[in-house]
Amino acid sequence: MTTTDEGGDDAGVVDPDEVRHVAELARVDLDDEEAAVFAEQFADVLDYFAALDEVPEVTDDPDLVNVMRADEVRDGLTQEEALANAPDSEAGFFKGPRVS
Amino acid sequence: MSADDAPADDLNIFLSRDTVAGDDDGPLAGKTVAVKDNISTKGIPTTCGSAMLEGYVPPYDATVVERVREAGATVVGKTNMDEFGMGGTTETSAYGPTKNPVDPERVPGGSSGGSAAAVAAGEADLALGSDTGGSVRNPAAFCGVVGIKPTYGLVSRYGLVAYANSLEQIGPLANTVEDAAALLDAIAGPDEHDATTRYDAAEDGPAVHPADETTYAAAADGDADGMTVGVPTELVAGADDAVVAVFEDALADLEAQGVETVEVSLPSVEHAVQAYYVIAMSEASSNLARFDGVRYGVDGGEGNWNESFARSREQGFGDEVKRRVLLGTYALSAGYHDKYYKKAQDARAWVKQDFDEALAEADVLATPTMPVLPPKRGESLDDPLSLYLMDANTVPVNLANLPAISVPAGEAEGLPVGMQFVGPAFGEEAVVRAGSAVEE
Repeated sequence: MTTTDEGGDDAGVVDPDEVRHVAELARVDLDDEEAAVFAEQFADVLDYFAALDEVPEVTDDPDLVNVMRADEVRDGLTQEEALANAPDSEAGFFKGPRVS
Repeated sequence: MSADDAPADDLNIFLSRDTVAGDDDGPLAGKTVAVKDNISTKGIPTTCGSAMLEGYVPPYDATVVERVREAGATVVGKTNMDEFGMGGTTETSAYGPTKNPVDPERVPGGSSGGSAAAVAAGEADLALGSDTGGSVRNPAAFCGVVGIKPTYGLVSRYGLVAYANSLEQIGPLANTVEDAAALLDAIAGPDEHDATTRYDAAEDGPAVHPADETTYAAAADGDADGMTVGVPTELVAGADDAVVAVFEDALADLEAQGVETVEVSLPSVEHAVQAYYVIAMSEASSNLARFDGVRYGVDGGEGNWNESFARSREQGFGDEVKRRVLLGTYALSAGYHDKYYKKAQDARAWVKQDFDEALAEADVLATPTMPVLPPKRGESLDDPLSLYLMDANTVPVNLANLPAISVPAGEAEGLPVGMQFVGPAFGEEAVVRAGSAVEE
């Protein structure tokens, strides 16, 4: 999904195959029509983002502080509460698809 | 059509109408509050306007929900919104668009469109929204009500379903500046569940949170005499003529009240929309990775882990959410990180510097909240970039972590125009005061 920065006729060409590759990285299935529409829309958006190239390097050094609380055991959700919204569970565990 | 003729159901304001009674006494006793549907409510469905979370029932309350209840307000429902907050018109909701009570053919703005419409239509005295790039101020402007985006770190985000967490804050909407500020008083303050509000935890840091020393409602005194208001030329130049005319009238009215106006320049804002969308999409791609159909969400069915996730997300996410997750994944991917994400962070730091310099010359900055009047429904959904450009005046404030308010400044073509005031970090009193002077 590369766009050219130079402008002109080739500016903003995005290939539906490249959209599908990124969709695979993001774990989102797309049908052919979605991939084609997104390719066109992404070309416009990435073309617009390309102007970020003009931004100078700016350093921002905020003061960092530790805001973590002490590591003490506290009550959390019960197992039942944690599982209440799961599509599938078994013996008190989330049940997910096989890993490979 | 007046608000009284258009009931909440016709306008599609609420996604659920469960009520939660508030405590008997408190500063908000007797008030009703509508809550955006990305703010967790224990035992009450919270969908974020997404099919992914249809039927999802949070096991706990967001901190802000606890606080409005303790302040005495009654929750009267969860409001419609752009899916996961991704949109500026409330048209990307999986549950249909909300109509603007002022003109039902037009969008109410977004993403907190249901919350703004609830207040405008008289369905709630107050409402909570969330503002990642303008999502409280935009619908406030389009529906003719008041909306406040607090300084980053003023209000707890615990229980807010994350979209772009370095940018977003929960904020109040109301019919008057004083009411909005009173709701801010109720929700602001440190929370041990949100480290970005933890002033007390820092070694050698201030022991007191800015909200602990302040009553924002008291600042709504309408007395702006002696204030200096900076007007960033770049953010006025891009607005429609009809909007600018109302804005200029409101400025002249402030000058008549003893306000001094000065021109200021924010050269970095030319890149603010680009930087905002790169950062927001990148954070979204990471935050929304949690929706895998295992702990909650749409079941992706049989197959291996990757296939099941990808199917869950195809079915659960709408087009705009897919677009942003994909573009964010792309911006963070090897080879493109420096070109997009790193440059966007540079732009963010530049925008912060610009605001700091401008706010050294003025107490607050003023702009039109939205550069356009509320569009008709269905006008811009197929052209994402044109929708993104509508956020030109609101996103710089999120990039700079600053507080801002949108107040009704008047009407053009019978439609409301909002005026935005931006203040220094934790300078909510200044934007509340300036906003209340426009109301007078």
